[in-house]
Amino acid sequence: MDQHKAAELSRRMMKKQLKLSLSVAAIFISILVGLPLVNLYLPELAKTQVAGFTLTWLILGVLFFPLTWILSSWFVKGTERIDAEIVAEETK
Amino acid sequence: MIELLFVMLITFGTIGLGIWATKKSQSVADFFVAGRSVNVFWNASAISGEYLSAASFMGVAGLIMKNGYDALWYPVGYAAGYLFLLLFIAGPLRRFGAYTIPDFAEGRFHSPAFRKIAVSFVLFIGFFYTMPQMKGAGTVVLGIFAPIFPGWQYWYGIAIVGSVITFNVALGGMKGITIVQAMQYWVKVFAISVPFFIVSAFLGSYTKPISNAVAEPKGIPLIPGSVISMKGKAVAPNNALALSSAGETLVKFEEDSVLTAISVNPKPKPGDVFDASGSINAVGTVLAVNEKSKNLSVPKDTLLDVKPFDVLSKDGKKSKASLKFEFEKPAKIRITAPLSQNEGKAYAPNAPGNEKWVSPYGPLTSKNGYPVLYTYSLIIALVCGTAGLPHILVRFYTNPDGKSAKRTTLWVMVMLGGFYVFTPMWGSLGRFAMPILYASNGTDSTIIKLPSMLSDPTLGHILGGITAAGAFAAFMSTFSGLLVSMSGAFAHDIYGKIIKPQSSADDRKNAFKYAAVGVGVISMLLGLLVESFDIATMVGWAFAIGAASYFPLLLLGSWWRGLTAKGAATGMLVGGLASLVAIVTTMMIDKKYLSLEVSPLMRSLMEQPAIWGVPLSITLMVVISKMTAKAVPHDVDTMMLRLHAPEELGHSKDYIS
Repeated sequence: MDQHKAAELSRRMMKKQLKLSLSVAAIFISILVGLPLVNLYLPELAKTQVAGFTLTWLILGVLFFPLTWILSSWFVKGTERIDAEIVAEETK
Repeated sequence: MIELLFVMLITFGTIGLGIWATKKSQSVADFFVAGRSVNVFWNASAISGEYLSAASFMGVAGLIMKNGYDALWYPVGYAAGYLFLLLFIAGPLRRFGAYTIPDFAEGRFHSPAFRKIAVSFVLFIGFFYTMPQMKGAGTVVLGIFAPIFPGWQYWYGIAIVGSVITFNVALGGMKGITIVQAMQYWVKVFAISVPFFIVSAFLGSYTKPISNAVAEPKGIPLIPGSVISMKGKAVAPNNALALSSAGETLVKFEEDSVLTAISVNPKPKPGDVFDASGSINAVGTVLAVNEKSKNLSVPKDTLLDVKPFDVLSKDGKKSKASLKFEFEKPAKIRITAPLSQNEGKAYAPNAPGNEKWVSPYGPLTSKNGYPVLYTYSLIIALVCGTAGLPHILVRFYTNPDGKSAKRTTLWVMVMLGGFYVFTPMWGSLGRFAMPILYASNGTDSTIIKLPSMLSDPTLGHILGGITAAGAFAAFMSTFSGLLVSMSGAFAHDIYGKIIKPQSSADDRKNAFKYAAVGVGVISMLLGLLVESFDIATMVGWAFAIGAASYFPLLLLGSWWRGLTAKGAATGMLVGGLASLVAIVTTMMIDKKYLSLEVSPLMRSLMEQPAIWGVPLSITLMVVISKMTAKAVPHDVDTMMLRLHAPEELGHSKDYIS
């Protein structure tokens, strides 16, 4: 494949993929940045008791794990769809 | 005895499975990357098995027991770091088709020199990561077997784990350990979950200590007056007994002992006013003791009575303080209180109060006075560091293609989350059911020791045996992964590409075996040196170095066309080495090998370097690459296609197939 075509295809492809990666990362990063801020500025909210836990313990110690699973399965579905689209465009 | 059976079972099981798998591992590709034929489920199990180390199995629960809420960032960071790996690195790395990170470094930039730098980091991070595994092995052996066989020592555990794994890896390479590690993941999950449910049914629930702590913010766990084994100064600072300032404490010495030092705790700040005279008395003997005694010989049966006293700070704040003992040699003591106070039960020494334990910004992050900075730096180190561990990254090449590499990562996150969610449960239950571990600085062994609190001793031994086997599985699988990646670096990158490029595939296979033995022996020797360091702290170092070296290389290398070899190498070297130097300096200060006064801010930044190390590395990569923009590889677009195009388009290329 010539350089020009390679450049065009790789840019088009990476743009789509990067957009998906960045949107998932944005949600993840805002949680990582946000939770310590809630703990700092809204300590009463963080301390609210929920099911025997404090709210912030429940989020960090329990709910965080399934949350990352949801984010990653969303990403994997998205990225496989993008791959399929690219293959379809290039091989038609 | 029962514990020993379980540990033997896991050890021989590992050897047997390794030999069986080796018979099926013949080709060279099998040796290095398991022939790329491992399916998603097994590969995910193997990655998880390899990743869940001694630090995860024992250290995290211990840290949570010791420090409370803040330490929850460890399990979360260890598991969630994979999300970054998934979003930015897993797919491209596999599609690029290289065997190792040094292959990536050279292949992406056509720079053999870069390979050498990249190899050196495989070894740096690898050796830093093996040390805590060795420490864990030595500690478990000592903790469980010393009571049965009085002669057992720290280095026995290192010798057992080290030689079993070295043997396995030298024989079977990657394929031999893939199946072993996959099985060990399931052993570890079983060992951390099932015993918890049983222990918890008898001793109390996960949330009980949390709701207790909220209801009684000023409370401190009380300990029964049983015998406590203190450690000596070989493991300083884990030889300290910081008595609670909440009440009076009686310390009875069960044998002749030596106290290296007695001091005021918390350490007085400049301008503090207090009167500690009379805070310590020897009851019924004429032993001369005060709050500043050094190298004090304390005869058997001495009873020291310690009372808290008021401290008035410069700005007029009133607080309580008490004393801290440091033990010279291992010692046996008994801690009680006057009968009028909590019916003779003492407040647990070294234990944080309820409110500090359950609230954010507690003892772990606020120790240097910059809790928010410390928290964010820890998060960055864990999240970026996971994506920069060479022994984990090498596993992505065992996937058949980029798509399965991503699916594997998703499964890894599920498997790791399913494991890590149990670590705070043990830490929390440990605070409630076994606060005596605070006094002996033994929180690292919460998971191993908690089952012994059950009233049925047989059940306790069986469950303790299962958790000990889980801990053994943890060191063994992580160490085998490290050994494969480091031996691979020697055989494939140093021998095969640098020393003797004309070597045949069989030559390299042999080189791998010799390298495995050599690296195994060096790791065991390093393990002997680190008995006095915290497991989780040492793992933190490896993460911080990985975060500031490999993570930026892989992130920018996969997504930014403008990156040049010079830029990437400079960023990686400076970021990684600066973090390494900061960490090693902190460690030397702590161990008093180096006397250097650093400000609390500086101290926080040195102890947790990721918050400046990662940006430093990335900035250097960008700036130097811009300056050397002419050196951007001419075929960078082809590279990008190789990294990102779906396999169906036929742009990926395997280095060795």
